[in-house]
Amino acid sequence: MKVCVGQVTLPGDEFDMSPLESNKKIVVGPGLAEFEGMIKIIKPGILRYREPATYWIDSHQKRYVANKGDLVVGIVTQKVGDIFRVDIGSSEQASLSYLSFEGATKRNRPDVKIGDIVYANVLVANKDMEAELVCIDSDGHSNGLGVIRSGGFLFQSSLHLVRKLLNPNCVLQKTLGKTFEFETAIGMNGRIWVRAQSDIQTITMANAILASEHMNNVQIETMCKKLCKVASKMD
Amino acid sequence: MAAAFIVVRKEDLEAQQNAESCQTLRCLTSELGCLTRSDGSVSFSQGDTTVLAVSYGPAEVRINQEQYDKATVEVVYKPKVGLPRPIDRKREAILKSTLEAAIVTSLHPRSSISIIIQETEDLGSNMACCINAACLALLDAAVHMAFMVAAVAVSVMEDGQIKLDPNKKEELEGRATLTFVFDSADLKVVSVVTSGTFSQEEYKKSIDLTRLAAERVFQFYRDSLSKKLMQSI
Repeated sequence: MKVCVGQVTLPGDEFDMSPLESNKKIVVGPGLAEFEGMIKIIKPGILRYREPATYWIDSHQKRYVANKGDLVVGIVTQKVGDIFRVDIGSSEQASLSYLSFEGATKRNRPDVKIGDIVYANVLVANKDMEAELVCIDSDGHSNGLGVIRSGGFLFQSSLHLVRKLLNPNCVLQKTLGKTFEFETAIGMNGRIWVRAQSDIQTITMANAILASEHMNNVQIETMCKKLCKVASKMD
Repeated sequence: MAAAFIVVRKEDLEAQQNAESCQTLRCLTSELGCLTRSDGSVSFSQGDTTVLAVSYGPAEVRINQEQYDKATVEVVYKPKVGLPRPIDRKREAILKSTLEAAIVTSLHPRSSISIIIQETEDLGSNMACCINAACLALLDAAVHMAFMVAAVAVSVMEDGQIKLDPNKKEELEGRATLTFVFDSADLKVVSVVTSGTFSQEEYKKSIDLTRLAAERVFQFYRDSLSKKLMQSI
């Protein structure tokens, strides 16, 4: 079956190349692969398009596969010599060098313990290699990355919800921000860390985020209004 | 207590019995994402035969099963009662080789894609139901696949009549049971599981019949996945 942009695609479907000019170069993203000169769909989802010529499949999944440049929330599981092993929810643990923290030197080691939550950037992601994380940018500044050790609540969601929250058009965080003061770290690996001013508010936030998965912006605003009313009575 | 009676006229009953020669697939139903903690899960039923399939992956792999160039596919079959028997091991091996053909394992080297199948009710065509459920569980987890697979079973009865999607009774009465697995790209046979004796003619007839039925199964996959994706994306 041939599919067009916006349609539901299933593995084995063929990408319809007929509307394209024959000499035009296109970029294929996740979910599309080339087999014997044809572009085939290898993931269930919805075919998306962006100017000038990028195509990809938007799918709903829970398992994370490391990608270069993603910001992820990981859990430190092991200290091995100069590196930390970090669980980022993918098929293997990522490595994080102790030198890739802000202000860290050979003598001045960062204070990282097993079980700590880190917000990090994926520097190397390759199917044949172990993923490598860093907690600094190229200038050596942390820019919000690093160990998160000030309470709060960490929970897991689907990767699609994360992409939805990080979409600039999503109103959830803005609407919640009107009533609550909060901090969040949203990892592309489906882990979300939140901390609000009280435990009740934190849990309210977590529930609001998880509930917003199947909602549109109008529904999110209505839900937030209701939640804020209830939460303000509880404090 | 309320009681309901259905009055059936003799003519209608006879007409119904005569009309049975028309071949039908039993009703397909699925519930995608029925378990919350797994990557993909489905409760799938074909008529009264029901299985629960769960998939995880690409996940961490045991070091002795690691393959440096492709993902390891694992299938575990849990029978309704008791411990897995050799016949269940055989079923796992068939499922594994069928699904390995469909999954693009080269995209996730050194990882495992595991599928767990829990038999809930076996009332005929269980093998076909397991394969279809496993495929739906993989689709729910959005595992990379080159194509989808659909399995359909037939029973060859004593009189040479071929019965599509047999129930338990027909399976036991029949002389042979054949399960065909087709791919979604060009409806070619991926694997065949047979038991009993049958002629070449019956085999050819069964392939043609099941191929038509497999298209219905693929349509069912498309409908259930569309429903899920439209809701969540």
